[in-house]
Amino acid sequence: MNENTQGSHDHHHEESFVRKYIFSLDHKTIGKQFLIFGLIMFIIGGGLALLFRWQLAWPDRPLPIIGASQTYLEEGEVETAADRKWEERYDDDKDSWLETKMPSGIIDPAFYNELFTMHATIMVFFVVVPLLVGAFGNFLIPLMIGTRDMAFPVLNMLSFWSNMLGTIIMIAGFFVPGGHAAAGWTGYAPLSSVPELSGVDWGQNLWCISLIVMGISSLMGSINYITTIINMRAPGMTWFRLPLAIWSLFIVAILLLLAFPVVASALALILFDRMAGTSFFSAAGGGDALLWQHLFWFFAHPEVYILILPGMGMASEMLPVFSRKPIFGYRSMVYAMMAIAFLSWIVWGHHMFQSGMNPALGMAFMTTTMLIAVPSAIKTFNWLGTLYRGSIRFTVPMLNTLAFVSMFVIGGLSGIYMANSPVDIYIHDTYYIVAHIHYVVFGGSVFAIFGGIFYWFPKMFGRHMNEILGKIHFWISFVAFNGVFFPMHILGIGGHMRRISNPTQYEGLLHMQHINVFITVCAFILGTAQILLLINVFWSMFRGKVAEQNPWQATTLEWHAPTPVPHGNFGAIPHVYHGPYEYSVPGAETDWIPQTQPNGEPLPDEPVPAGASAD
Amino acid sequence: MLKWLNFPEWLPENVSTFGKGVDNLFVAIYWITSIAFLGVMITLIVFLIKYRFQEGRRAGYIHGNTTLEYVWTIATAVIVFGLAMFSLPQWNKIKFPSQFPGDPGAVVQVNGKQFNWDMTYPGPDGEWETDDDLQLENQLHVPVNKVVHIRLTSDDVIHSFFVPQLRLKQDALPGRFINVWFEATKPGTYEIPCAELCGFGHSGMLGYLTVHTDEDYEAWKSERWPDTEKKGVNVE
Repeated sequence: MNENTQGSHDHHHEESFVRKYIFSLDHKTIGKQFLIFGLIMFIIGGGLALLFRWQLAWPDRPLPIIGASQTYLEEGEVETAADRKWEERYDDDKDSWLETKMPSGIIDPAFYNELFTMHATIMVFFVVVPLLVGAFGNFLIPLMIGTRDMAFPVLNMLSFWSNMLGTIIMIAGFFVPGGHAAAGWTGYAPLSSVPELSGVDWGQNLWCISLIVMGISSLMGSINYITTIINMRAPGMTWFRLPLAIWSLFIVAILLLLAFPVVASALALILFDRMAGTSFFSAAGGGDALLWQHLFWFFAHPEVYILILPGMGMASEMLPVFSRKPIFGYRSMVYAMMAIAFLSWIVWGHHMFQSGMNPALGMAFMTTTMLIAVPSAIKTFNWLGTLYRGSIRFTVPMLNTLAFVSMFVIGGLSGIYMANSPVDIYIHDTYYIVAHIHYVVFGGSVFAIFGGIFYWFPKMFGRHMNEILGKIHFWISFVAFNGVFFPMHILGIGGHMRRISNPTQYEGLLHMQHINVFITVCAFILGTAQILLLINVFWSMFRGKVAEQNPWQATTLEWHAPTPVPHGNFGAIPHVYHGPYEYSVPGAETDWIPQTQPNGEPLPDEPVPAGASAD
Repeated sequence: MLKWLNFPEWLPENVSTFGKGVDNLFVAIYWITSIAFLGVMITLIVFLIKYRFQEGRRAGYIHGNTTLEYVWTIATAVIVFGLAMFSLPQWNKIKFPSQFPGDPGAVVQVNGKQFNWDMTYPGPDGEWETDDDLQLENQLHVPVNKVVHIRLTSDDVIHSFFVPQLRLKQDALPGRFINVWFEATKPGTYEIPCAELCGFGHSGMLGYLTVHTDEDYEAWKSERWPDTEKKGVNVE
């Protein structure tokens, strides 16, 4: 095949440092770049959360360390400082950046809005997508389908570097006058589209521009993934021999490809409204505020499935390996992911039950939304079925995967409350939804990421991460995670609105303030525990135990490649004879049969793509 | 800790006629999801203990079970679809303007604006934008056990009219009037927070709903519109 010869060319010539580590065309290096990038942004996004958690537990009290500002030390009194902060809101001559954002060390309400807006924006677009899709997608796709690199290596590099450009633009927003975007990650118009209504000037513009750039980055990635998976599978790697992680990434790439143009155009409309005097979203000019919500959620509901599907795929890789069993119901897993992806296009209205949208639409969207429970349940039961009669090894990746499964169950079940539109009338825009999204995206995706990093680390860096440190990190994270997010269900049921900076302003919420304190304490523990992960990752890169080629005795193709994986991945392109999860086959010598092990049958037809002869 | 698991306990007191229906659905879902959760978790933990790695035991070679997969797919579909159908009447009752109970005891226009609720009463003539209109800031007065109609709108950004005890929430949109109804069943004062992010003053945007007994409400009205009874005009 074409790629075979191309790959062996690249083996020999030496590459410059810049080509090898910075503007690399190698999918593995680009994957690692995304990994390190995502971990750094994870720390930033988490740090923002800790700042506003402080404010929620102890409203209008100066922050520790930062809060010991000169003003506070001089006055020694909180109320005065808080009052003056309001009076001085519109003064331009602030002493310093810090004094603007946190006068006297107290988080300004406008800065509070910036904090949660950017926490969500960073976590969604700069952490989970880059890690799941960027890091694991890039690293795993060519290795798992048995090819030498992505279809478009240059596009792949551009995807990472436009992602960096988007990041720089987004971070710059913190330092422009007027502050960063503060309309929530959902950026509801007209708060986001009319500068006078929020007081935010260039922050919101940069937010829009950055997300458009990030979208372009994702588009380049997804075109690459789709092309690579369709055209470059190793001989014998039929569609139903693809590992589920690849299936999930393939489906996600299609979702990204279709969803991002919608949000990009919506963001452009916001920019026009803000900078060119149009009024797409202003009622006064004949526009409609709801238009934004329809466009945004039409993109963002597929987006939240983009955040979870690769996690599901990765969990489906790790469960069979550490149960030494084939995945239960391989085909129904694939169809369930397709169903989730399809349903994601027709459920966006459940975010808008209380928005003033025609209530008849509420009925339709409730029904479609409820149906998502079906494929989600199929996946959960299949994971349980995989454990049944397994031989379960409690390694770090397995612990994280089991956390993923159980947390996803909670996140999925709590979703039924909000899908039910009458109940949603009450819990909409409360902490219940905050709990739900974090159970899915943190409890789900992030634990899958933790597991995935640990699991594929030996192949990425040729060394193992530390098992004991990994277990300590897992248990602290798991317990603290539940300490943070489970009580948020209670807050929501008690009627605690989201996005308020000071719950003590409401009499009805006072009796729950102790829960806010508890959550914040757990959040600080959760945040601190992530230092262990960073230490483990960066220390193990250079000092970890040297890994063998296939330390987990797994069947999929990435473990067939030598460790460390050379440029071009494989010596000769492997031929595939088996499905991806042939564990504990009766009569076999070992309890695993690699996909490459010949089974005596003649080699299946090579998947020759229609356009292959053209190149 | 056990208290934290008993979700329905945490709902604030319900004081609206339709609130009970919302709470019942909440409790029904609470039980369905709790049973599902416990079922999955107990199975998971049993499997983890029973099928943990043991020297000499080999895992089973099982690719799936079509019957079982059909059973749980159909069972889940039936439960969630049934739940959706069961919930629809409740949704229609609260949100469909065509199903609002008529003959309101009070009609009020509620205007969200950064960062207050303006409540406008049409006054004795029942007409908007006449001299006897009364505008109050953050104060909504209504009679108990009477249907109240609200015309909800916003001056600037999206706000959300939320009265936890009524189990009522509706976003207020600039440029649109959205009709909302409720019937409070218990006199008292309740908070009306804004539930949709509306700017730097979102936190603390707070109005108060005062539900009066009939006599109190009449007294409040005659205080506001002293001429009414002399003229013999019926106050809406």
